[in-house]
Amino acid sequence: MDVVELSRFQFASTSIFHFFFVSLTVGLAFLIAVMETIAFVREDRRELYGKMTNFFGHLFLINFAVGVVTGIVQEFQFGMNWSEYSDFVGNIFGVPLALEVLMAFFLESTFIGLWWFGKDRLKPWMRLASIWLVAIGTQISAFWIVLANAWMHHPVGYEVVDGQARLTSFSEVVFNYKAWLYFAHVQGSAWVVAAFFVLGISAFHLLRRQDTDVYSRSLRLGLVFAAIGTVFSIVSGHTEAQVAREDQPMKFAAMEAQWETSDSPAPWSLVAVIDQEGQQNTFNVEIPFVGSVLAYNSLEGRYEGLIPLNEEYQELYGEGDYIPPVAWVYWSFRIMVAIGSLLLATAFLGLFLWWRRRQRLDTTRWFLRALVLFIPLPWIANFTGWMVTEMGRQPFMVYGLLTVQEGVSPNSAGEVLAGLIGLWAVYLALIGLDVYLLTVTARAGIHRKPEAQLVAAPAPDYEGVGFQGYEKRD
Amino acid sequence: MDLVTLWFWLIALAFTLYFFLEGFDFGVDILRPTLARTEAEERALTGTIGPFWDGNEVWVIAAAGLMFSTFPVWYGAVFSGMYPLFVLILLALLLRGVSFEYRNQVDSERWRSFWDWMSFGGSVVPSFLWGVIMAKIIEGLPVNAEGRVQGGFAEMFTPFSIVGGVTTLLLFMLHGANFLLLRLHKDTVLYDRARTAALRWGALATVAIVAFVVMGYVTEDLFEDFGFASWVFPVAAFLTLASIWLALSRRRDTLAFTMSGLTVLFATVTVFIALFTRGEVLPSTLDPGFGLTLQETASQHYTLVLMTWVGGIFLPLIIGYQTWNYYVFRERVRPDEGALTHGY
Ligand code: HDD
Ligand code: HEM
Ligand code: HEM
Repeated sequence: MDVVELSRFQFASTSIFHFFFVSLTVGLAFLIAVMETIAFVREDRRELYGKMTNFFGHLFLINFAVGVVTGIVQEFQFGMNWSEYSDFVGNIFGVPLALEVLMAFFLESTFIGLWWFGKDRLKPWMRLASIWLVAIGTQISAFWIVLANAWMHHPVGYEVVDGQARLTSFSEVVFNYKAWLYFAHVQGSAWVVAAFFVLGISAFHLLRRQDTDVYSRSLRLGLVFAAIGTVFSIVSGHTEAQVAREDQPMKFAAMEAQWETSDSPAPWSLVAVIDQEGQQNTFNVEIPFVGSVLAYNSLEGRYEGLIPLNEEYQELYGEGDYIPPVAWVYWSFRIMVAIGSLLLATAFLGLFLWWRRRQRLDTTRWFLRALVLFIPLPWIANFTGWMVTEMGRQPFMVYGLLTVQEGVSPNSAGEVLAGLIGLWAVYLALIGLDVYLLTVTARAGIHRKPEAQLVAAPAPDYEGVGFQGYEKRD
Repeated sequence: MDLVTLWFWLIALAFTLYFFLEGFDFGVDILRPTLARTEAEERALTGTIGPFWDGNEVWVIAAAGLMFSTFPVWYGAVFSGMYPLFVLILLALLLRGVSFEYRNQVDSERWRSFWDWMSFGGSVVPSFLWGVIMAKIIEGLPVNAEGRVQGGFAEMFTPFSIVGGVTTLLLFMLHGANFLLLRLHKDTVLYDRARTAALRWGALATVAIVAFVVMGYVTEDLFEDFGFASWVFPVAAFLTLASIWLALSRRRDTLAFTMSGLTVLFATVTVFIALFTRGEVLPSTLDPGFGLTLQETASQHYTLVLMTWVGGIFLPLIIGYQTWNYYVFRERVRPDEGALTHGY
């Protein structure tokens, strides 16, 4: 592999690892803030929601640490691996990145410490404010970084002078419709991740009839979040697909593995065997009309295929092959959509069980078991979602302006390979540890069983810490 | 002062704050194996920096992010030009950062001692390498005619850069020891050990900084032709460092910490002054004409204006709430209380 491929692989894998942790951070921070707010407002429920906050807060912290450290790698990598890219976009791209640091990272990292360590030092309202500031910080951070990323997919407010993109209007960059769309979808997905995390853990304990008072409430809270989150991600995801058809038609065609321009009404491919070399599908099962619905919300309408688009791109951008790795994009998209639909159904089924009769929800064992099994699904949807987004823009790094080839640093392949091996070793260890510690801690629950305590150090005393102070101080 | 100059100095400020703040938390982690004998003491030492280290570390992210937005070419050249060093720093920071969180999650002696090593090694490596990097930035990298940098791993380690690394390492250890004097209960044996450590590492740090400055004058011609500034800052760094000994022997802990902080400040300013007066933010070792200058690496005017607004609003705010954070956790720590009782 050459420097370009190694650097791509490195950036992709470190980003995926980073996002593995932070998608949970973004969603869970919000959920925990809501839990603590209930504890703060409702005196009769304080003990219960206090325990819940402390328990999920502990899990949150285990995961937060890794999000932070993997983020530093992200910040340095642009300069390290993509210095030509940094030269090209720094005038514009650097601004949201710097804003993210100044508006979000400082806020989160300071107030997370105040929230957790300051339990017995801060007044309850200050503690509550701290977790809200952390939650808001994660949203701000997601916003700016997704805005930066969206600019690479849909550059606006710039002109190219002497081989550098120059900023002409910052407000255009901030109000880039693509950025808001991506942000909405990433936001919805983070809620889905966190909601199913809380749901799965609550279901696990309900199945064992442990602390049912706490977990049946966290289950309901999780369900509300899951329902909002899935609807949100599906609506925004559907819009993203339509927007992609307009501003990144090549990506859209790859998502559908559509080589020639489609018929009208366009069918939607369910499974296909893709032959990238031969520029065709050797096998294809299609559902009529759905393609047009996806692209236009209408029962008619055609969209362009990969082959004619490639010719158009060649006229626009010069010789070259502009077709992205189709099978990756196609299958990633299908997996994400399948998971999204499954999770939507699950969330609404849960709401239905709840509505039918309160107890039904806590005792429908097959439903609870399914929730435990579904914990990893949102992460898979996230991973595949980014594969669609980022693979679908190949070979461009900044759409239409800069190819990946042009953006790479003048490093030697050996250097990058050595770094890559080191990073992978540490990242694999970290992800393994994160999952292991989350599992142990989550299984131990609020009332730890002795055998669970053997592995995990005595967990924090969820019962009291931080919340008994409420009475004293109020 | 034009905006390019302003931003050059704001980046210097971000690096200075980073070295000042993370300097002492690195220092505490490096000293911990030699200071703590029992588990309670280990936890007390970690407790002195527990609520702070993360906020401190963000200053390096800020330094990198601000460099990216205001001097993209400089950012790209420095980070790609010293690629292997940054990989090492990242690996160290990854392992150290999680060690805070993970050390106390599993109740086993081996597990804890593994993470103790990670936080020790994860602090030694960046403390040393930041000195190397700062020295290399003034010494220069193989920048070619196109402004591209291609340096090998071995070239990063010259006598000058190694002395630079040793200097930051010792300086951070001293600074960490001084910080402990402010954070530990005075009647504990840990406090006494920290004092001894401050005196010992302070002496060595003084030797290192003298060696660094002398080498800078003699072998590298670094401080040539910038007159007044060429001696004021190095001398100030030396004087503040030497005065720590006096402060410590009079038991003026706050003064000692202030002085080690000022030493960090003067040392960092020395580096940036060396760049500024020569007008080159990254000299070339291949040909003096190839070096990257301040003006040609800077962002366009509009971006700088924007960043000035952003920085003007948020930097004071951040410094404000971070200071408040230190105020909330001002209480001194004592081992038996185990500052980390709640499992963090
Ligand atoms: C829990 C996670 C999750 C779930 C359930 C979904 N997505 Fe998604 N999707 C993401 C997580 C995600 C993501 C990782 O967050 C991406 C990557 C970039 C982005 O904006 O969001 C993404 C990207 C992404 C893109 C690419 C946008 C582009 O590059 O222009 C499309 C078209 C969709 N999604 C569509 C959908 C549809 C139609 C879904 C529902 C059935 C869906 N997603 C569910
Ligand atoms: C939001 C900020 C992000 C930015 C600015 C960004 C930018 C980049 C850059 C510079 C590359 C390398 C060049 C290229 O191959 O096109 C890349 C590739 C990639 N990134 Fe992103 N990325 C972001 C987020 C993410 C996240 C969170 C993920 C995954 C979880 C991700 C997944 C990928 C993948 C899979 C590739 C590889 C595509 C390929 O090389 O074939 N990205 N992105
Ligand atoms: C390539 C793009 C990215 C870069 C350069 C980047 C950079 C960083 C950095 C430096 C941190 C550490 C902050 C700290 O020390 O406190 C961090 C953490 C975090 N990032 Fe990323 N990130 C990227 C992608 C993303 C994406 C796509 C999201 C979410 C949608 C995201 C959300 C977060 C969150 C929520 C944290 C949590 C921890 C914290 O901020 O303290 N990041 N990121």
